[in-house]
Amino acid sequence: MLKTDIAIIGAGPAGLNAAISAAAMGAKVLLLDRDDRAGGQLIKQTHKFFGSRELHASLRGIDIASLLLARVREFDNIDFRLGATVLGYYEDGVITAEYRGNFLKIKADRYVIATGASEKILPFPNNDLPGVYGAGAVQTLTNVYGVLPGKRVIMVGSGNIGLIVSYQLLQAGVQVAGIVEAAPGIGGYLVHAAKIRRAGVPIYTSHTIKEAYGDSSVQGAVIWQLDEKWQPLNGTEKDIEADVICIAVGLTPLTELLWQAGCQMKYVPQLGGHVNLRDENLMTSVPGIYVAGDVSGVEEASAAMLEGKLAGLAAAKSLGYSIENYDELWQQAISQLDGLRSGPAGEKIRSGLKMLVR
Amino acid sequence: MRIDEHPVLTFTRGKKVTFYFDGKKIEGYEGEPIAAALHAAGVKVLRHSHKKNRPRGFYCAIGNCSSCLMVVDGVPNVRVCVEKLREGMQVETQKGRGDLIVED
Ligand SMILES: Cc1cc2nc3c(=O)[nH]c(=O)nc-3n(C[C@H](O)[C@H](O)[C@H](O)COP(=O)(O)OP(=O)(O)OC[C@H]3O[C@@H](n4cnc5c(N)ncnc54)[C@H](O)[C@@H]3O)c2cc1C
Repeated sequence: MLKTDIAIIGAGPAGLNAAISAAAMGAKVLLLDRDDRAGGQLIKQTHKFFGSRELHASLRGIDIASLLLARVREFDNIDFRLGATVLGYYEDGVITAEYRGNFLKIKADRYVIATGASEKILPFPNNDLPGVYGAGAVQTLTNVYGVLPGKRVIMVGSGNIGLIVSYQLLQAGVQVAGIVEAAPGIGGYLVHAAKIRRAGVPIYTSHTIKEAYGDSSVQGAVIWQLDEKWQPLNGTEKDIEADVICIAVGLTPLTELLWQAGCQMKYVPQLGGHVNLRDENLMTSVPGIYVAGDVSGVEEASAAMLEGKLAGLAAAKSLGYSIENYDELWQQAISQLDGLRSGPAGEKIRSGLKMLVR
Repeated sequence: MRIDEHPVLTFTRGKKVTFYFDGKKIEGYEGEPIAAALHAAGVKVLRHSHKKNRPRGFYCAIGNCSSCLMVVDGVPNVRVCVEKLREGMQVETQKGRGDLIVED
């Protein structure tokens, strides 16, 4: 049995920051990620990030990951294991993991769950054809392994992910046949949309996929227009040839471990699906289990980093560790988070988070 | 369909290895996911669904969705989007659920 003060599951921006802030207070930390690279979603992001400068905006996602990893490596009290998939949480507070062919049993006094989120799927006929891929999958294939998903892509969803992945595909030399968006307006930032438009890619707002077709893999899709009530209009069908349909309709939190641990959960569509209730210290309804990042509501990397900081600080403090400027660090992260979630763009997240207060 | 030149990224690949897809010899790079090597070789259909025998490829590419299950070195239900490629692997299209291996 492996024993530690704080076990952190997931080494994306949230988990890495939780590890750093807990270790800085002196806690013994075990940081686990099933991937063999640290950084979570960041390792697929070749674009420069939006957000504030303290939170590394204007750096590329992949570079933010290296920066955080270097910080983690500075601490002797962080035991960081990549290739460690956490399998389950048991009644006695033990978690198990598969680690390079071995089975690990781990008992920590506190847990921070930072497992992130996974791709949603969209229902339409033949959506199971090979060639219908999640946006994250397309990014992993293209940006991490250098393999093109296909020659010509239909992007579904015009949020920031749909726009950014479209741009990344163009950069990699793949044709983007068009972006299909069910809402009447573009979902993501207009700076991203403008880049795509300049490249000559049409954005079909108020449109959705009627069906995909192909023998053993995608050969194209029929799209059609939606009216104000989101009902498809007969006679507006367009046939678009493509060998990939990329689905970028959002993420949903990866909450299996939270369910297993018996955390109280609630369905909050603004946050991407079922998420856990939590208090102001980011602790769930199960004492000792904290959360940070997309797993507790799909947002963005800057928010994930700040939540990670907070969860790491709170978990270490609850074990009696301290740091001179604790209150200052805490307050700083809180006000940065408030800043991120302010204004009309943050309304959705704010209303979602209100539903999670314990 | 591999990217050789990219405006932002450089790809460091493992050593070249050969493996087998349904008995056919294919090349890939050691340590990349089996699914990436297959895709680069133009293979998109990885298995057929239980009931309706429909072709399936990968979907999430991070080991979550179970769309990409194949038989690897005789073991069924391997998620090839995260299983790393090694020299000489026997990778087969999975049909249906796959049988548990019984050894005596
Ligand atoms: C295309 C795209 C563009 C984006 N652009 C921006 C942007 O410009 N600015 C911005 O702020 N945000 C952006 N984001 C969002 C940002 O990447 C995410 O919000 C952020 O990565 C969430 O961080 P996280 O640590 O919560 O989760 P993740 O980054 O998803 O990390 C979770 C980690 O947990 C691991 N894990 C999961 N389950 C287990 C398990 N059972 N055992 C062990 N490990 C496990 C995973 O392997 C992963 O490494 C973008 C996202 C995408 C997809």
